[in-house]
Amino acid sequence: MIADLIQFDFLRNTFLTGILIGIIAPLLGTFIVVRRLSLIADGLSHVTLAGIAFGLFLEKKFTFILLPPLYSGLAFSVLGSIFIEKLRSVYKSYQEIAIPIILSGGVGLSVIFIALADGFNTELMNFLFGSASAVSQGDFITILAISILVVLIIYLFYKELFTLSFDEEYASVSGIHSKQIHLLFIILTALVIAASIQIVGVLLVSALMTLPVAASMRIAKGFKQMMFLSIAFGELAVMIGLTSGYYLNIPPGGTIVVVAILILLITIGMKKLRIRKA
Amino acid sequence: MNDKSIISLQDISYSYEKKVVLDHINFTIDKGSFIGLIGPNGGGKTTLIKLILGILKPASGSISLFNQPIEQFKDWRKIGFVSQKSNSFNKGFPATVFEVVSTGLTSKIGYFKFFTQKHKASIKKAIELVGMDEYVYENIGNLSGGQQQRVFIARSLVSQPELLILDEPTVGVDTENVKRFYELLHDLNRNQGITLLLVTHDTGTVTKFATDVACLNKTLHFHGKPGDYEKLSSEELSRAYGHSVNLVSHDH
Repeated sequence: MIADLIQFDFLRNTFLTGILIGIIAPLLGTFIVVRRLSLIADGLSHVTLAGIAFGLFLEKKFTFILLPPLYSGLAFSVLGSIFIEKLRSVYKSYQEIAIPIILSGGVGLSVIFIALADGFNTELMNFLFGSASAVSQGDFITILAISILVVLIIYLFYKELFTLSFDEEYASVSGIHSKQIHLLFIILTALVIAASIQIVGVLLVSALMTLPVAASMRIAKGFKQMMFLSIAFGELAVMIGLTSGYYLNIPPGGTIVVVAILILLITIGMKKLRIRKA
Repeated sequence: MNDKSIISLQDISYSYEKKVVLDHINFTIDKGSFIGLIGPNGGGKTTLIKLILGILKPASGSISLFNQPIEQFKDWRKIGFVSQKSNSFNKGFPATVFEVVSTGLTSKIGYFKFFTQKHKASIKKAIELVGMDEYVYENIGNLSGGQQQRVFIARSLVSQPELLILDEPTVGVDTENVKRFYELLHDLNRNQGITLLLVTHDTGTVTKFATDVACLNKTLHFHGKPGDYEKLSSEELSRAYGHSVNLVSHDH
């Protein structure tokens, strides 16, 4: 496999991208889970699918337009995230209603664009379940740029994001610009989802953001420790998932999620053992 | 408004739609005082606090904070706040006592700046001040209600406020811890020189610790010394509360 990694650019791109999303998806996932926004990732991934379907439709019908599906997916995802925030401010007492609206809207648009692009093709299947060979050099550079941006912004705004996540009311009273920071955060989430989709797939991207966090939450002491453990678990799941997906010739999204679930089960077991011993 | 007052509300009124909650209130908080703000549910206590904190804007009247009109006031770190809801935080949130208290410095430090050793030392000092130094790296969800409330006070103290506002902080805290809690407030007021405004229903206990008592039910029915409050007749108390009331003193 190492020889293949050296020989084939696409494989190297996929593994390097895997390393990146193994960091950024659980990193943002930590904040998403503690803020009880886990389902937002699902909503946004379906909007991203609509964007990708739109890109594929343009590619097929208007061959002179050169818009890689990753970019149309990114654009839809970011717009979707801003729309979710708008909906959440309109339905203040029923904020979760924004998720089914955006999710069904995303699926609806996807169906339309897929049909207009003359149905399913292999490329679309890759986006649904992830692929070990979908990442081009250009896509890798875009995802690298997104990863640097995400890590930098989380580093710069860590204390504000943590304060906001722990106690939104207190954050607002103490003068933190909660609305603006939340919007920035949700846009970052949209970028990470769009970046992760090529490896994990639309249907499983939220799992990579939430499962490592669910596992680390069981054993971590403190928020920072949970964040680093989530990244370690996410990275482990991506690496084992991609490698086994490559050897078994199956979409890596499935194997990544199964490994993440196994890690979760192990941490639950560890916690139970620790309680029994105590 | 006198020389000593740090908060002054003049002729303040506030309504939720058509329901008048505060009706022409004049209220001052003097530096170094410990005011127990009491009154029936729906009497406007929390609204009054939200007005002081700038969360709500009065329909009429003016508010000044530390000799500045509230509209121009920027130095919010001078005012610490422990809300009624502090204790209803997500108990599963994996944050240590240190991390929770550190959030009290977030806005003071400002954007694009990071915690220094000095900040970390002041976080530990605030935790020590509320007697929680044994639990610095314990997850807050593992602590008792009374201990959690102490952590929230430490969070408010870490930015070294001159005024600490507490909105019914002892709800859900057991009796023994409530007593220790009042002793802590007494110490903060007497020995640390922090001015306190405590909203509570616990009339009997607050009259023992506070330097002043204010009774609010749409209008300010009483604002004076605890001794004078205890001398109020049942009729006067019932008028303030809108129903029959007898004052019972106890030590918890």
